[in-house]
Amino acid sequence: MTELLVGTKKGLFVVEGEPGCGFAVKTRAFAGEPVDFATRDPRSGRLLATVTSPIYGPKIFYTDGDPGVEWLQADGVALPEGGDLALERIWVIACGEADGTLYAGGDPGVLFESHDGGANWEINAGLWEQPSRPRWQPGGGGLCLHSICTWPGDPNRLAVAVSAAGMWLTEDGGRSWRRGNVGLSPRYLPEEALKDENAGRCVHHVERAPRQPERMFMQFHGGVYRSDDAGASWSDIGGGGLPSDFGFPLMVDPDDPDSAFLIPLVADVDRVTPDGRVRVYETRDAGASWAERGDGLPAEHAYLTVLRQAFASAGSGERLELYFGATSGEVFGSGDAGASWSTVATRLPPVFSLVAS
Amino acid sequence: MAVVRVRGSLRKLTGDRAEHELEGATVVELLRTLELRHPEVSGWILDERGLIRRHINVFVNGERGDRTTAVASTDRVEVLPAITGG
Repeated sequence: MTELLVGTKKGLFVVEGEPGCGFAVKTRAFAGEPVDFATRDPRSGRLLATVTSPIYGPKIFYTDGDPGVEWLQADGVALPEGGDLALERIWVIACGEADGTLYAGGDPGVLFESHDGGANWEINAGLWEQPSRPRWQPGGGGLCLHSICTWPGDPNRLAVAVSAAGMWLTEDGGRSWRRGNVGLSPRYLPEEALKDENAGRCVHHVERAPRQPERMFMQFHGGVYRSDDAGASWSDIGGGGLPSDFGFPLMVDPDDPDSAFLIPLVADVDRVTPDGRVRVYETRDAGASWAERGDGLPAEHAYLTVLRQAFASAGSGERLELYFGATSGEVFGSGDAGASWSTVATRLPPVFSLVAS
Repeated sequence: MAVVRVRGSLRKLTGDRAEHELEGATVVELLRTLELRHPEVSGWILDERGLIRRHINVFVNGERGDRTTAVASTDRVEVLPAITGG
């Protein structure tokens, strides 16, 4: 049984089923509220959800029980009091490598840590106090910390991505951070501005290959990149069969460090699936070539937008399951690593995020 | 003491009571007192900067107020979430 946690503009939907056998909505929680992200910590079974009420601001909630009944609010999810900024949104939650450790990324470019399974959080001071922070530039979605890449087996090594403050890397558990933007080429900046390391590096999504953690894949704002040195530098892999190198979602096969999956959109000025066809693109050679995977997906007059957190995987290898949701409220799934697809859900509110387990 | 009236989610977070008799000379002082008495409501009305969240309106005796509005002990303060969202 696969569980899908679908964060939408109007609540969290818990969807269950099996590829090829159908899925059903089991629970709706936070009715009417925007749920930016939800995940289940596999170590504890705890569900965590980030909710950004337009009235009451962003919060993290968690439950160890029935998600349709009761959630508790986590403590400490706020910026330091008395400053000039307020927390705008929590974009993502990721499980850390140390027991009980979780990370949450948000706007304005902030990383939170929890060491008790998500009940209490504190800001990561090393990143918050970066001297260059006043010159960081937000992307269209705000100054969002949206990607958190842990290093299997090493809790001290972490990579995070901030739109548009670029990649940040730590090897001492988050006490100190350095940039990882060498090789990125923002086409939206004049050449002279590239010398300014604070000029916007609009990273859209980053994933690490767990079997070969030095390898990472990045969807950039115009460009697809691969790193083989743990995010320090990047090589362009955006050619070779992609209809566009613009997009947001990105996934990898945990068993195959040469794999990555993208859902390209036309361009920054037209953020829909190209040619009115919904397709996932797969590489199995580390980005040298890309192949279309769309069997079963809408192939005519389908102009979908898939947001950066709305692409998820479960399992690996031949049993890799892939799922994505669109702002149209549709969710699609594949139980054979993207070879064939079926519709998982329709007529949901606009899908913000999706996590599968 | 002034009376602060809350509703909806804010009521649930403040002991499931709609009305709270609180001490304070300004709106923000009353709201800080409310947070001290009911820590669960911290961060819901005031943000980290101490500002009233953008989509929450405060009325003092029926007149629109803000965080600095002076409050007397006989005043009645309504904290109202705006109708918002798409």
